[in-house]
Amino acid sequence: MLRFIRETYAIVAVELIKLIRDPTELVSRAIQPLLWLVVFGQVLAHVRGIHTGQVNYLAFITPGILAQSILFSAIFYGIAIIWERDLGVVHKMLVSPAWRASLVFGKAFAAGFRGIIQMVVIYLVALVMHVSIRLDPLIILAVLGSVMLGSGIFATFSLIIACIVKTRERFMGIGQLLTMPMFFASNAIYPITMMPGWLRIAAQFNPLTYLIDALRGLVITGGTSVYGFGVDFAVMISIFAVLLFIAVKLYPTLAE
Amino acid sequence: MVPSSHMNSTIFETPDRFAIQTVALTRQFGRLTAVDHIALKVHYGEIFGLLGANGAGKSTMIKMLTTLLPPTSGSAEVGGFDIVTSPAEVRRRIGYVSQLLSADGALTGFENLQLSARLYGLDKKEGKARISDALNFMGLTDSASKLVRTYSGGMIRRLELAQAMLHRPAILFLDEPTIGLDPVARHTVWDRLLDLRQHYGMTVLITTHDMEEAEMLCDNLAILHTGKVSVTGKPGELRAGLSQDATMDDVFAHYAGEAIHENTMFGDVARIRRTAQRLG
Repeated sequence: MLRFIRETYAIVAVELIKLIRDPTELVSRAIQPLLWLVVFGQVLAHVRGIHTGQVNYLAFITPGILAQSILFSAIFYGIAIIWERDLGVVHKMLVSPAWRASLVFGKAFAAGFRGIIQMVVIYLVALVMHVSIRLDPLIILAVLGSVMLGSGIFATFSLIIACIVKTRERFMGIGQLLTMPMFFASNAIYPITMMPGWLRIAAQFNPLTYLIDALRGLVITGGTSVYGFGVDFAVMISIFAVLLFIAVKLYPTLAE
Repeated sequence: MVPSSHMNSTIFETPDRFAIQTVALTRQFGRLTAVDHIALKVHYGEIFGLLGANGAGKSTMIKMLTTLLPPTSGSAEVGGFDIVTSPAEVRRRIGYVSQLLSADGALTGFENLQLSARLYGLDKKEGKARISDALNFMGLTDSASKLVRTYSGGMIRRLELAQAMLHRPAILFLDEPTIGLDPVARHTVWDRLLDLRQHYGMTVLITTHDMEEAEMLCDNLAILHTGKVSVTGKPGELRAGLSQDATMDDVFAHYAGEAIHENTMFGDVARIRRTAQRLG
């Protein structure tokens, strides 16, 4: 266990140093959620066309936009993995005696920190826009946990795609192809009850739905988790475990 | 020669075996046989050169021996351990410098070495001491806190050698380590390699298609052609075996054949150009 922690820490430390040294990507990725909240959220809030129960529309989509930011920043993580492959960094890692699980988990864990920075940006914007956010320290800790878990899921999924496609060009195409359907087939900007039957079924197989459901229950005052936190976290942890298992098997193929 | 004086003797002392031994080692990619029934023996402490043009099978051979690529058939032992059944044991005993530039440009030299120290399980105190030694050995102490993207090509290669030697491996694999370097940087890398062997008794397996490098560094070499070993021997013996005034270029042309350039793969060329480009 100590070895796993030490090796994971080695990967996370490197990723954090790089993130702090060059935060350009984080700044650019923070712009999109701003637009969704400030423009899309405010306009739709005035239209009042979507019934969101006890909470107003702006508050309703805030957790959805947070989850979307996590998805969008983590899903392109695979590009960095392919870049590392092209540079030979992956080969160097794989020749070391470090466990493959530590290497993959380290990458997923590091992606979580990117998600946390998105979370800070969205919390600040939401507060400025008078969205009623729960600031109880225990709740914030639970949100941090959800953000880390969500980022880990999508970053690991991205790593798997990178291991399969192996080139940046192919990855970009597949990344674009996956993100928008995952976003729209979720409860990010409208409740699942509004969806047609086929989309409702698709949404229930989408991990983003459970992340949003948990965040909606945690982030906003008066928000509720439709499935219940137990189901949300059980589904997310199970998906993460399966994705980690696949990624650990596939990661060494990057060096072949 | 058994490289034990500077290393953990329980791991590295295996006097009755070769540092590297392959038996009918083969790797196929679809219908292409990149490495075809290769049998090699490399003694502890020697610098062994794998020569051949692009596409001859050198990099595939190194990838298999470093456990990055499973063989299709045949077997190989590195440091006394089978590459397929005991890959973790093999990895603990080897260092590797890839043909690509694997040092992370966004990190400093020290941070790159720190990553290696952590991945190889060196504790904090030991890691720090080894990093300091390695930087000093490679002449990089003054540049340790600078970002690697500001290093020259020769400095990057020396940093990668420092990373590869940090855990004191018994066997060092170098895949075309001087490709794209200017002559001065190339000679510096050679000097450091010879120092490494002298100070730490490391066995070195180096791939190259640079005949000067092969003659300068290698005790023994094997020339590969289309995945097979054309010839093995000492550089001087191979020259003498051809004619009295033969050069290593003549030896290479004789054993590697004229047709080699036609077999060069697009991927090989692209990779070499990318490495050369990064080296500036």
